[in-house]
Amino acid sequence: MIGLAHYLVVSAILFVLGVLGIFINRKNVIIILMAIELILLSVNINLVAFSSFLGDLVGQVFSMFVLTVAAGEAAIGLAILVIYFRARGTIAVDDVNRMKG
Amino acid sequence: MIQVFAFYLFAAIVVASASMVILARNPVHSVLWLILAFFNAAGLMVLLSAEFIAMLLIIVYVGAVAVLFLFVVMMLDIDFAELRAGFVSYFPLGGTIALILLVELVLGVGAWNAGALNLSTRAAPTPEHVPNIEAIGQLLYTRYIFLFEMAGLILLVAMIGAIVLTHRARGGVRSQDISKQNRRRPQDATRNINQPSGQGVEL
Repeated sequence: MIGLAHYLVVSAILFVLGVLGIFINRKNVIIILMAIELILLSVNINLVAFSSFLGDLVGQVFSMFVLTVAAGEAAIGLAILVIYFRARGTIAVDDVNRMKG
Repeated sequence: MIQVFAFYLFAAIVVASASMVILARNPVHSVLWLILAFFNAAGLMVLLSAEFIAMLLIIVYVGAVAVLFLFVVMMLDIDFAELRAGFVSYFPLGGTIALILLVELVLGVGAWNAGALNLSTRAAPTPEHVPNIEAIGQLLYTRYIFLFEMAGLILLVAMIGAIVLTHRARGGVRSQDISKQNRRRPQDATRNINQPSGQGVEL
Protein backbone atom coordinates (compact mmCIF):
# COMPACT_ATOMS: atom_id res chain seq x y z
CA MET A 1 0.00 0.00 0.00
CA ILE A 2 1.02 3.58 -0.44
CA GLY A 3 2.53 4.90 2.75
CA LEU A 4 3.94 8.21 3.81
CA ALA A 5 7.42 7.25 2.63
CA HIS A 6 6.23 7.01 -0.97
CA TYR A 7 5.03 10.60 -0.97
CA LEU A 8 8.18 11.77 0.77
CA VAL A 9 10.35 10.09 -1.85
CA VAL A 10 8.37 11.76 -4.65
CA SER A 11 8.80 15.08 -2.88
CA ALA A 12 12.53 14.46 -2.47
CA ILE A 13 12.93 13.67 -6.17
CA LEU A 14 11.11 16.87 -7.12
CA PHE A 15 13.26 18.88 -4.74
CA VAL A 16 16.43 17.44 -6.18
CA LEU A 17 15.22 18.13 -9.73
CA GLY A 18 14.59 21.73 -8.75
CA VAL A 19 18.07 22.10 -7.31
CA LEU A 20 19.55 20.47 -10.40
CA GLY A 21 17.59 22.87 -12.56
CA ILE A 22 19.13 25.83 -10.81
CA PHE A 23 22.54 24.25 -11.12
CA ILE A 24 22.59 23.56 -14.82
CA ASN A 25 20.62 26.51 -16.16
CA ARG A 26 23.04 29.12 -15.08
CA LYS A 27 22.21 31.78 -17.62
CA ASN A 28 18.50 31.36 -18.08
CA VAL A 29 16.71 33.15 -15.25
CA ILE A 30 13.28 31.96 -16.30
CA ILE A 31 14.27 28.31 -15.90
CA ILE A 32 15.80 29.18 -12.52
CA LEU A 33 12.50 30.69 -11.43
CA MET A 34 10.66 27.61 -12.65
CA ALA A 35 13.07 25.37 -10.75
CA ILE A 36 12.30 27.39 -7.62
CA GLU A 37 8.61 26.75 -8.26
CA LEU A 38 9.40 23.03 -8.49
CA ILE A 39 11.17 23.19 -5.12
CA LEU A 40 8.15 24.93 -3.58
CA LEU A 41 5.85 22.32 -5.12
CA SER A 42 7.87 19.55 -3.53
CA VAL A 43 7.63 21.28 -0.15
CA ASN A 44 3.87 21.56 -0.62
CA ILE A 45 3.53 17.86 -1.37
CA ASN A 46 5.63 17.12 1.70
CA LEU A 47 3.48 19.29 3.97
CA VAL A 48 0.20 17.90 2.65
CA ALA A 49 1.43 14.30 2.90
CA PHE A 50 2.40 14.75 6.53
CA SER A 51 -0.84 16.55 7.25
CA SER A 52 -2.83 13.70 5.79
CA PHE A 53 -0.96 10.83 7.44
CA LEU A 54 -0.67 12.42 10.86
CA GLY A 55 -4.23 13.72 10.92
CA ASP A 56 -3.17 17.28 11.51
CA LEU A 57 -4.63 20.15 9.48
CA VAL A 58 -1.85 22.59 10.22
CA GLY A 59 0.17 21.15 7.35
CA GLN A 60 -2.49 22.12 4.85
CA VAL A 61 -2.89 25.61 6.31
CA PHE A 62 0.85 26.13 6.12
CA SER A 63 0.87 24.80 2.59
CA MET A 64 -1.62 27.53 1.65
CA PHE A 65 0.77 30.15 2.94
CA VAL A 66 3.66 28.61 1.04
CA LEU A 67 1.51 28.85 -2.08
CA THR A 68 0.78 32.50 -1.37
CA VAL A 69 4.41 33.43 -0.87
CA ALA A 70 5.45 31.43 -3.94
CA ALA A 71 2.98 33.33 -6.10
CA GLY A 72 4.14 36.68 -4.75
CA GLU A 73 7.77 35.80 -5.23
CA ALA A 74 7.20 34.59 -8.78
CA ALA A 75 5.50 37.88 -9.61
CA ILE A 76 8.31 40.01 -8.22
CA GLY A 77 11.00 37.82 -9.79
CA LEU A 78 9.39 38.11 -13.20
CA ALA A 79 8.98 41.87 -12.80
CA ILE A 80 12.70 42.17 -12.06
CA LEU A 81 13.43 39.99 -15.07
CA VAL A 82 11.31 42.19 -17.31
CA ILE A 83 13.05 45.40 -16.32
CA TYR A 84 16.43 43.69 -16.56
CA PHE A 85 15.55 42.66 -20.09
CA ARG A 86 14.41 46.17 -20.90
CA ALA A 87 17.73 47.57 -19.80
CA ARG A 88 19.99 44.88 -21.31
CA GLY A 89 18.12 43.36 -24.20
CA THR A 90 19.03 39.85 -23.05
CA ILE A 91 18.34 37.67 -20.04
CA ALA A 92 21.76 36.14 -19.71
CA VAL A 93 22.60 36.85 -16.10
CA ASP A 94 26.24 35.92 -16.22
CA ASP A 95 27.18 39.56 -16.41
CA VAL A 96 24.71 40.75 -13.81
CA ASN A 97 27.62 41.64 -11.54
CA ARG A 98 28.32 44.52 -13.88
CA MET A 99 25.68 46.37 -11.93
CA LYS A 100 27.96 46.27 -8.91
CA GLY A 101 29.58 49.42 -7.64
CA MET B 1 -5.99 -1.03 -5.69
CA ILE B 2 -6.85 1.78 -7.99
CA GLN B 3 -5.29 4.14 -5.48
CA VAL B 4 -1.95 2.43 -5.90
CA PHE B 5 -2.23 2.66 -9.67
CA ALA B 6 -3.27 6.32 -9.48
CA PHE B 7 -0.42 7.15 -7.14
CA TYR B 8 2.20 5.59 -9.40
CA LEU B 9 0.68 7.24 -12.46
CA PHE B 10 0.68 10.71 -10.91
CA ALA B 11 4.10 10.26 -9.34
CA ALA B 12 5.68 9.06 -12.58
CA ILE B 13 4.22 11.88 -14.62
CA VAL B 14 5.14 14.54 -12.10
CA VAL B 15 8.76 13.35 -11.97
CA ALA B 16 8.94 13.06 -15.75
CA SER B 17 7.51 16.52 -16.37
CA ALA B 18 9.74 18.04 -13.70
CA SER B 19 12.79 16.64 -15.50
CA MET B 20 11.48 17.96 -18.80
CA VAL B 21 11.06 21.41 -17.25
CA ILE B 22 14.77 21.70 -16.63
CA LEU B 23 15.89 19.85 -19.75
CA ALA B 24 13.68 21.37 -22.42
CA ARG B 25 15.32 23.72 -24.86
CA ASN B 26 12.44 26.03 -25.49
CA PRO B 27 11.30 27.99 -22.40
CA VAL B 28 7.70 27.83 -23.58
CA HIS B 29 7.93 24.04 -23.51
CA SER B 30 9.37 24.29 -20.01
CA VAL B 31 6.36 26.26 -18.81
CA LEU B 32 3.99 23.73 -20.35
CA TRP B 33 5.80 20.85 -18.67
CA LEU B 34 5.59 22.80 -15.40
CA ILE B 35 1.83 23.08 -15.85
CA LEU B 36 1.62 19.31 -16.34
CA ALA B 37 3.69 18.79 -13.19
CA PHE B 38 1.33 21.04 -11.22
CA PHE B 39 -1.72 19.16 -12.43
CA ASN B 40 -0.28 15.82 -11.41
CA ALA B 41 0.84 17.18 -8.05
CA ALA B 42 -2.74 18.30 -7.54
CA GLY B 43 -3.80 14.74 -8.36
CA LEU B 44 -1.44 13.45 -5.69
CA MET B 45 -2.97 15.82 -3.19
CA VAL B 46 -6.47 14.65 -4.05
CA LEU B 47 -5.25 11.14 -3.28
CA LEU B 48 -4.19 12.45 0.13
CA SER B 49 -7.77 13.72 0.65
CA ALA B 50 -6.62 17.34 0.63
CA GLU B 51 -8.88 18.43 -2.16
CA PHE B 52 -8.94 22.08 -1.21
CA ILE B 53 -5.19 22.42 -1.53
CA ALA B 54 -5.33 20.48 -4.78
CA MET B 55 -7.87 22.84 -6.32
CA LEU B 56 -5.98 25.81 -4.91
CA LEU B 57 -2.87 24.49 -6.64
CA ILE B 58 -4.66 24.37 -9.97
CA ILE B 59 -6.35 27.74 -9.63
CA VAL B 60 -3.42 29.68 -8.20
CA TYR B 61 -0.34 27.90 -9.49
CA VAL B 62 -1.52 26.89 -12.94
CA GLY B 63 -4.08 29.62 -13.46
CA ALA B 64 -2.01 32.54 -12.24
CA VAL B 65 1.68 31.76 -11.79
CA ALA B 66 2.21 29.51 -14.80
CA VAL B 67 0.22 31.85 -17.03
CA LEU B 68 2.35 34.72 -15.77
CA PHE B 69 5.45 32.74 -16.70
CA LEU B 70 4.00 32.11 -20.12
CA PHE B 71 3.30 35.81 -20.65
CA VAL B 72 6.82 36.80 -19.68
CA VAL B 73 8.43 34.06 -21.78
CA MET B 74 6.43 35.10 -24.80
CA MET B 75 7.12 38.78 -24.26
CA LEU B 76 10.89 38.51 -23.99
CA ASP B 77 12.98 37.90 -27.05
CA ILE B 78 15.24 35.11 -25.86
CA ASP B 79 18.28 33.81 -27.65
CA PHE B 80 18.18 30.08 -26.94
CA ALA B 81 21.55 29.01 -28.19
CA GLU B 82 23.52 31.36 -25.99
CA LEU B 83 21.61 30.30 -22.93
CA ARG B 84 22.33 26.62 -23.37
CA ALA B 85 26.05 27.23 -23.52
CA GLY B 86 26.90 26.32 -19.94
CA PHE B 87 24.68 23.25 -19.91
CA VAL B 88 27.15 20.54 -20.82
CA SER B 89 29.97 21.79 -18.63
CA TYR B 90 27.86 22.12 -15.50
CA PHE B 91 25.86 18.94 -15.89
CA PRO B 92 28.30 16.35 -14.38
CA LEU B 93 28.93 18.36 -11.22
CA GLY B 94 25.28 19.27 -10.85
CA GLY B 95 24.19 15.71 -11.46
CA THR B 96 26.61 14.41 -8.84
CA ILE B 97 25.43 16.88 -6.22
CA ALA B 98 21.80 16.15 -7.06
CA LEU B 99 22.38 12.42 -6.75
CA ILE B 100 24.10 12.81 -3.38
CA LEU B 101 21.24 15.00 -2.18
CA LEU B 102 18.66 12.48 -3.34
CA VAL B 103 20.42 9.58 -1.62
CA GLU B 104 20.64 11.57 1.60
CA LEU B 105 16.95 12.49 1.48
CA VAL B 106 15.82 8.94 0.79
CA LEU B 107 18.06 7.63 3.57
CA GLY B 108 16.57 10.21 5.91
CA VAL B 109 13.06 9.14 5.00
CA GLY B 110 13.99 5.51 5.51
CA ALA B 111 15.51 6.16 8.90
CA TRP B 112 12.51 8.13 10.04
CA ASN B 113 10.20 5.46 8.73
CA ALA B 114 12.00 2.85 10.79
CA GLY B 115 10.32 4.29 13.85
CA ALA B 116 12.39 7.10 15.22
CA LEU B 117 9.98 9.96 15.79
CA ASN B 118 6.42 9.85 17.03
CA LEU B 119 4.37 12.98 17.47
CA SER B 120 2.15 12.90 20.51
CA THR B 121 0.00 15.99 20.13
CA ARG B 122 -1.57 17.43 17.05
CA ALA B 123 -1.65 21.17 16.61
CA ALA B 124 -4.98 21.00 14.81
CA PRO B 125 -6.47 17.51 14.65
CA THR B 126 -8.41 16.76 11.51
CA PRO B 127 -12.10 16.60 12.43
CA GLU B 128 -14.03 13.55 11.32
CA HIS B 129 -16.86 13.68 8.79
CA VAL B 130 -16.23 17.31 7.97
CA PRO B 131 -15.37 18.18 4.39
CA ASN B 132 -11.82 19.29 3.89
CA ILE B 133 -12.61 22.84 2.86
CA GLU B 134 -14.96 23.34 5.79
CA ALA B 135 -12.36 22.06 8.23
CA ILE B 136 -9.69 24.33 6.81
CA GLY B 137 -12.12 27.24 6.95
CA GLN B 138 -12.90 26.59 10.58
CA LEU B 139 -9.20 26.63 11.31
CA LEU B 140 -8.04 29.43 9.07
CA TYR B 141 -10.52 32.11 10.08
CA THR B 142 -10.32 31.49 13.81
CA ARG B 143 -6.93 30.37 15.02
CA TYR B 144 -4.81 31.43 12.09
CA ILE B 145 -6.60 34.65 11.20
CA PHE B 146 -3.50 36.73 11.78
CA LEU B 147 -1.45 34.67 9.36
CA PHE B 148 -4.29 34.88 6.87
CA GLU B 149 -4.29 38.68 7.03
CA MET B 150 -0.51 38.71 6.71
CA ALA B 151 -0.75 36.56 3.61
CA GLY B 152 -3.15 39.08 2.12
CA LEU B 153 -0.75 41.86 3.00
CA ILE B 154 2.13 39.99 1.37
CA LEU B 155 0.13 39.66 -1.82
CA LEU B 156 -0.74 43.35 -1.74
CA VAL B 157 2.92 44.31 -1.32
CA ALA B 158 3.93 41.95 -4.13
CA MET B 159 1.33 43.49 -6.43
CA ILE B 160 2.39 47.04 -5.62
CA GLY B 161 6.03 46.08 -6.02
CA ALA B 162 5.51 44.50 -9.42
CA ILE B 163 3.59 47.53 -10.67
CA VAL B 164 6.13 50.00 -9.31
CA LEU B 165 9.02 48.08 -10.84
CA THR B 166 7.65 47.76 -14.32
CA HIS B 167 5.68 50.97 -14.67
CA ARG B 168 7.16 53.48 -17.05
CA ALA B 169 5.85 56.81 -18.28
CA ARG B 170 5.34 56.65 -22.02
CA GLY B 171 6.08 59.78 -24.02
CA GLY B 172 3.85 61.15 -26.75
CA VAL B 173 0.59 60.26 -25.10
CA ARG B 174 -2.10 62.81 -25.90
CA SER B 175 -4.17 63.03 -22.80
CA GLN B 176 -6.81 65.52 -21.92
CA ASP B 177 -5.71 68.79 -20.25
CA ILE B 178 -8.84 70.28 -18.68
CA SER B 179 -7.38 73.59 -17.57
CA LYS B 180 -6.08 74.14 -21.07
CA GLN B 181 -9.51 73.47 -22.42
CA ASN B 182 -11.03 75.88 -19.94
CA ARG B 183 -8.54 78.59 -20.86
CA ARG B 184 -9.63 78.60 -24.46
CA ARG B 185 -10.92 81.95 -25.70
CA PRO B 186 -13.62 82.32 -28.33
CA GLN B 187 -11.32 84.26 -30.64
CA ASP B 188 -8.80 81.35 -30.59
CA ALA B 189 -11.37 78.79 -31.55
CA THR B 190 -11.73 77.30 -35.00
CA ARG B 191 -15.00 77.76 -36.82
CA ASN B 192 -16.39 75.99 -39.81
CA ILE B 193 -17.37 78.46 -42.55
CA ASN B 194 -19.36 77.61 -45.58
CA GLN B 195 -17.33 79.72 -47.95
CA PRO B 196 -18.58 80.40 -51.47
CA SER B 197 -15.77 79.79 -53.95
CA GLY B 198 -13.79 82.60 -55.47
CA GLN B 199 -14.14 85.02 -52.57
CA GLY B 200 -11.77 85.85 -49.69
CA VAL B 201 -12.21 84.84 -46.06
CA GLU B 202 -12.77 87.30 -43.22
CA LEU B 203 -10.45 86.34 -40.38
